[in-house]
Amino acid sequence: MRKTTLALVMKLAASFAFAGESPPAPPPDRQRELVQFVRQDCGACHGLGLAGGLGPSLLPSALEQWPPEALALTIHEGRPDTPMPPWRRFLSEAETLWIAQRLKEGFPR
Amino acid sequence: MTPLRLFLVFFVCALCIACGNAPLRGAGDLGIVVERESGCVTLVDTSARAAYGRVCGLGDLSHAHAVFSRDARYAYVFGRDGGLTKVDLLAARIARRIVQSGNAIGGAISQNGRLVVAQNYVPGGIKAFDADTLDFVAEVPAEYAPGLFSKVVGLADAPGQRFAYALFDGGEIWVSDFSDPRHPTTRRFPAGRQPYDGLVTPDGRHYLAGLFGEDGVALLDLWRPDEGSRKILIGYGAHDEKMPVYKMPHLRGWALASGKAWLPAVGHNEVIALDAANWHQAARIPVRGQPVFVMARPDGRQVWVNFALPDNGKVDVIDTLNGRVMRRLEPGHAILHLEFTPRGEEVWLSARDDDKVTVLDTETFAPLATLPVPRPSGIFFTSRAHRIGF
Ligand code: HEC
Repeated sequence: MRKTTLALVMKLAASFAFAGESPPAPPPDRQRELVQFVRQDCGACHGLGLAGGLGPSLLPSALEQWPPEALALTIHEGRPDTPMPPWRRFLSEAETLWIAQRLKEGFPR
Repeated sequence: MTPLRLFLVFFVCALCIACGNAPLRGAGDLGIVVERESGCVTLVDTSARAAYGRVCGLGDLSHAHAVFSRDARYAYVFGRDGGLTKVDLLAARIARRIVQSGNAIGGAISQNGRLVVAQNYVPGGIKAFDADTLDFVAEVPAEYAPGLFSKVVGLADAPGQRFAYALFDGGEIWVSDFSDPRHPTTRRFPAGRQPYDGLVTPDGRHYLAGLFGEDGVALLDLWRPDEGSRKILIGYGAHDEKMPVYKMPHLRGWALASGKAWLPAVGHNEVIALDAANWHQAARIPVRGQPVFVMARPDGRQVWVNFALPDNGKVDVIDTLNGRVMRRLEPGHAILHLEFTPRGEEVWLSARDDDKVTVLDTETFAPLATLPVPRPSGIFFTSRAHRIGF
């Protein structure tokens, strides 16, 4: 199950707008907002420390198998039939990818 | 004796008298406000509408829950990181603290007040501890199929030293009887897809589990468990498309008022009213967002509702006589929780992004006080000590 999801996500991730090139990072003010947003609002399901809750751990060790684009796609589109909702209403694609990259390397405080 | 000596003796005596006679006080009007980020709880006095202390070192308190000893002196605070801390509200300090799992989501206290039970995501199951010492007593792993463990949600106490809870991954309701505390016995009932929270009615008779994976609510009559569970409100959201859910609604602290049960509709900007006599849908009340908490004022005259993103700065108040929103409030940024004073004349609301708690009069809606509290979330008053299912 995990394998097929992974393959599917990889395929879709290739179509994610910025796959391949690096979009501009959000400005510093917005970055601070995004850090708060992830810690508070994603933290409601993934834990304030992002170590897991109703949703799985988002610590780097738990995300090793996913490239940032695949994570960005999950965040942008959500996962149907699970509580993970799509966040495109709140986050641009560039912001989503920035968050995914930060998650991969250990999310800032 | 020199005058100075005499003065000193007098002074020391006065001090001793002062410390020996620390003013006695009850705990029935006290409570705690959870600070999400600092690992602290602010201790509050609802009569004075003021904070009187702060206790720190409680670990990760995002999504923390608290229950109270029946003498209302101690709060048991369940942290997200599996910490269980017994806070002495009168001495304003930690009485005891253990870390009981890696990933927890709240807890409950038994009818007789002797067992505190934590519900865990990882490893999925419930664990019971002695309420005095926090020594481990027993556990029930949520192994719903060989080798498969479920996250546990919706744990609530029920009469008969029982605890009812739901298995998010297992799709079941379990009722564990701790009459023999070291040897709990458990009965299992089908619930439905992905129960996300549960509640016990104030009389301790019914257990309801809200379902995330389907439109419906599972119901179990704890007086007649042999009749099994059944599903009510099937397809309640079929009239329009389900929206993304940015925050899981809560059923805890739920509302039974004017003969109806008031529940959040998952993925819809609505509160559902159920006729508590037959569990049929009585009304759907449009509100300004997706409800998170739907809470009745203790007298049942009003139901207060807060919302998920992006409407989490709003609060709607429903008149339970006519089932309409009677008041729309914007009490702050990111209203995470609310709690009524024991008989409901005031409500306390936590505004996370304003770092404050606001106290409102529930008749006039006038603000009565604001308390600075860093990143406040759950508010819990000791009046919960004497209510079933809290
Ligand atoms: C309402 C609860 C909820 C919220 C809020 C939430 N998530 Fe999730 N998330 C989940 C669940 C549940 C899963 C697991 C889905 C599954 O079973 O595949 C998940 C999965 C994920 C995954 C994939 C991880 C993996 O290993 O499969 C990522 C990345 C993720 N979420 C990021 C986020 C971010 C970033 C936010 C905030 C913008 C967020 N989530 C908010 C519930 C939530």
